[in-house]
Amino acid sequence: MAKDKTGAVVVAGGGIGGIQAAIDLAESGFYVYLVEKSSSIGGRMSQLDKTFPTNDCSMCIMSPKLVECGKNLNIDILTLSEIKAVSGEAGNFEVLVNQKPRYIDLDKCIACGTCTEKCPTKVPDDYNAGLATRKAAHIRYPQAVPLKYLIDPDRCIYFEKGKCRLCERFCPAGAVDFTQTEKQITLNVGAVILATGFQPYDPALNDTYGYKKSPNVVTSLEFERILSATGPYQGHLVRPSDQKEPRKIAWIQCVGSRNVHSSDKGYCSGVCCTYAVKQSMVAKEHSAVKLDTAVFYIDIRTYGKDFEKFFNRSRDEMGVRYIKSRVNAVLPGDEEGDLKIRYVDEEGRLAQEDFSMVVLSVGLDMPKESIELAKNIGVELNHYHFVETGYFDPVATTRPGIYVCGVFQGPKDIPETVTQASAAAAKASSLLSGARFTLTKEKEYPEEIDVIGQEPRIGVFVCHCGTNIAGVVNVPDVTKYASLLPNVVWAEENLFTCSQDTQVKIKERIKEHKLNRVVVASCSTRTHESLFQDTIREAGLNPYLFSMANIRDQDSWVHQSDKEGATRKAKDLVKMAVYRAAKLSPLSRQRLPVIKRALILGGGVAGMTAALNISRQGFDVVLVEAEKELGGMARKIHRTLAGDDVQKYLENLIEEVTHNDRIQILKEALLADFSGTKGNFKTSLNVGPAMYQREVAHGALIVATGAREYKPKEYLYGQNDSVKTQVELEDILLKERDVAKGWRSIAMIQCVGSRNAENPNCSRVCCQQAVKNAIALKEINPNNNIYILYRDIRTYGFAEDYYRKARELGVHFMLFREHEEPRVEEVDGSIHVSFRDITLGRDVTIIPDQLILSAGIVAGDTEKLSNMLKAPLTSDRFFLEAHVKLRPVDTQTDGIFICGTAHSPKRIDETIGQALAASSKACSLLAKNYMEVGGVVAKVNPDRCAACQACVRACPYEVPFINEKGVSEIDISKCHGCGICAAECLPKAITLYHFEDNQILAQIDGLLEVI
Amino acid sequence: MPCTGRVDVIHLMEAFQKGADGVYVVGCLEGECHYSTGNLRAKKRVQYTKEILDMIGIDGGRLEMYNIAASDGPRFSQVAREMDEKIRALGPSPIRTMLQKIHGTDNVAVNVEIT
Repeated sequence: MAKDKTGAVVVAGGGIGGIQAAIDLAESGFYVYLVEKSSSIGGRMSQLDKTFPTNDCSMCIMSPKLVECGKNLNIDILTLSEIKAVSGEAGNFEVLVNQKPRYIDLDKCIACGTCTEKCPTKVPDDYNAGLATRKAAHIRYPQAVPLKYLIDPDRCIYFEKGKCRLCERFCPAGAVDFTQTEKQITLNVGAVILATGFQPYDPALNDTYGYKKSPNVVTSLEFERILSATGPYQGHLVRPSDQKEPRKIAWIQCVGSRNVHSSDKGYCSGVCCTYAVKQSMVAKEHSAVKLDTAVFYIDIRTYGKDFEKFFNRSRDEMGVRYIKSRVNAVLPGDEEGDLKIRYVDEEGRLAQEDFSMVVLSVGLDMPKESIELAKNIGVELNHYHFVETGYFDPVATTRPGIYVCGVFQGPKDIPETVTQASAAAAKASSLLSGARFTLTKEKEYPEEIDVIGQEPRIGVFVCHCGTNIAGVVNVPDVTKYASLLPNVVWAEENLFTCSQDTQVKIKERIKEHKLNRVVVASCSTRTHESLFQDTIREAGLNPYLFSMANIRDQDSWVHQSDKEGATRKAKDLVKMAVYRAAKLSPLSRQRLPVIKRALILGGGVAGMTAALNISRQGFDVVLVEAEKELGGMARKIHRTLAGDDVQKYLENLIEEVTHNDRIQILKEALLADFSGTKGNFKTSLNVGPAMYQREVAHGALIVATGAREYKPKEYLYGQNDSVKTQVELEDILLKERDVAKGWRSIAMIQCVGSRNAENPNCSRVCCQQAVKNAIALKEINPNNNIYILYRDIRTYGFAEDYYRKARELGVHFMLFREHEEPRVEEVDGSIHVSFRDITLGRDVTIIPDQLILSAGIVAGDTEKLSNMLKAPLTSDRFFLEAHVKLRPVDTQTDGIFICGTAHSPKRIDETIGQALAASSKACSLLAKNYMEVGGVVAKVNPDRCAACQACVRACPYEVPFINEKGVSEIDISKCHGCGICAAECLPKAITLYHFEDNQILAQIDGLLEVI
Repeated sequence: MPCTGRVDVIHLMEAFQKGADGVYVVGCLEGECHYSTGNLRAKKRVQYTKEILDMIGIDGGRLEMYNIAASDGPRFSQVAREMDEKIRALGPSPIRTMLQKIHGTDNVAVNVEIT
């Protein structure tokens, strides 16, 4: 019975995957325990400098997610914790967690850093991949969540020798607690999600490339830290041995990947090619001197969305050299500290070259702890020790109720991990849908005091932060100064303004002194604004009647040597905050009801998967298909690479969707009109041959309109019957096996309609398709000669096994260069395929019975839909996600999600994962009874509007429009609150609430008044 | 401010009018704006305001815009030093000199940071 299930979920692993799964679940009405092994969440992504293919700063894009996770009332972050056992069954598990002591009281620690400063023990810093040192008392990184220090007992002098305890003596908050012991915690949950990630492969295990011999041979993760502004060299690109700027850097690919000879890592790690492209570009940008970069590779596998363009840019615009080769050895170079790379090039010649530094592009490896975890909880692993999942159910482990996401399931990059995290959340949500909102917490607040029309009565609370602020800034002086400012009726100093007892005090002062505005002068809005806003809300004040002065992070911490100057700056900052506070107004948030129905465009695998999951999560679905039949592109695919039967799966899926009471299917239906905002959309459709009109009201929309196979214009396709596409070949292999038996020689050409000027990106699936069909042909007739003409074979992840298998079966893989495409001619009825084979170093002509073209995937007719939905497209007309890394299934329009090949070319299992992710996003929206809108949003004063359309042009979200009254109108439910329109508006008709001109000008006046 | 996209010409001009010797605006790296294009809008407005400043006899070089990654503290402090040095070299703004004549006050140079 659904009612008996437990509405909570354990997520193991606090990396980006675990964080995303936790946020999705908490938003969807489940209580989440986020169990993290280390002292803070953030995982591997927190160690990265930049992310591909946009070279965004990793920490910049991640830290809002960290904060969101840390603040969420329904996410309990358990750090230093590991799952030991899981008993019970799907819906009702008992999870045993072991939590190590932190030796610092989480409730008391104020993150001042005194313990670190006083701690005498320096140890290698694992966050900096061992390239820098940290103290035994430390914090993993400055943006860590929870922002609490810890003492590493393995390195602490007190634990080693029984003496020291300097941290304890100096901690201003009394937070150090050496009496803490290991705890066993039992959690009752309905589902478990495994998101424990990977460890970088350790090249010291099999030291082919001199990693242990030279400090200038580093792993890619170490290099990531070297590039980072928070890394060992503060972002200066220098090499470890002598801290000199390198002139030449080499990357060696596939270290700990694609290798069955000296390791058991037969899989492709999938990410290393693209991160090497990124690192080689970023290094060039970072370098103070002219830097030469070269990447030694086997195949360049930039198969992700827009990755090929990224690769092209690095090579053609940035001058990164790519050397197809096998590296034999890395030896000492001619100059001190340099390294000599000896390699065999693509034409089989032995060559060598010296470099100042070598980066090993290490693969994604499974940590021992993860393998043990799987064993302890009864989850099966595959032969590479990644979690075994079914092709058509890519996030379900072999134990029901336990799901997996991220690299633990298989090598993948950040967006794929984030997608899978949402997919796992969707599966857990559908399992537990009856228990939604049974264990979540919601905070109740007293009725708000009406302050409109009242004179401002401001209370100022100045924080000592132990000695953090008070050690530099003269806090009593600042407090006295504050008390004399206009409208200030109360000013006081606190040892820790954020402590629990001060929150009680603030509420008392609000009552006693009838305060209607509150100013806190302390650390940073980034970490503490929401806490104080919450406090004043508990005292009946609107949370927007709060203003903060940052006198720690931006003052006492950076002006330690100038106490007088710091005190003066603190006074200025407090004055600005007070002046601003006097002008603040309460803001209300409106509630709009949510229509609990999803509309899905596209009845292929993506659309049907999403429809089923959403219906199982308890919501209605209208599934719209343009064709007469459901099934989409999958109708043409028979087998997966591993041999699973696609048609059987599709048949079952159609059956389930058709007989689901919550799903209504509209076939031969076309979108006619679309309007509304998230939670409240209205769509008109023309349905059936009669084109009758149908209106659907819905809260969420999923675009799953798919893509299509490229129809080749090249290589005699359509002119000679022996020239076919891979899809056409597959059809013959299934239906007319005997025909294929007669073939003796088959040639395949890769990258037809992909990776060229017209369509620069890689279609991702064609290499696997070619390998799959080649193996099938070999199985039909082992004596077949099969030639695959390729530029790079891109069988990423575990698909590499099949590439190896095809080679073992005797399939010939023949390399041709870009711009030296094969020539195909018909000579006396036969097909002649001529090309220059690089490995053989000569021109070759093949006369095959059949020529199979690996035609790529191109976008469907997406332009009209994109315009209607205001969901932008990429330059090759696939739908563009809101953020390539962290919002991979959201579009820029809230409430509209994308999945499947409408987003980019992908495999069926990847499509299913993405469809589940889109369902998760849609359901966390549909699970809410209402949307809260308002707060910091823009508002138009129609009397001042000149209808000049400056706002219409400037808004990055296309929100303002000229309404029927001829003036601009902004829908607050769509407004993101950036304020661009307000600043662009010449007649000042637009106000951005909470950042109004008079509030900003008051701050400036406050600062400059003395002049 | 939520975004440098909110920075208005009048905010910048207010600072100079009240006697600031220099003002600089710090936004996200170009292409990495949280609101997609806010920092590019700000860049245009800063450029425009510089022109106005030049036109009215206040050196447009007293106003600058910088793009710094949120995690790049060292660059932030470097920019602060750069701007400080530059403004010190330029000396007090003509408006401040005038205001001081009127009010008879004397104060150290102040930079307004808008982030």
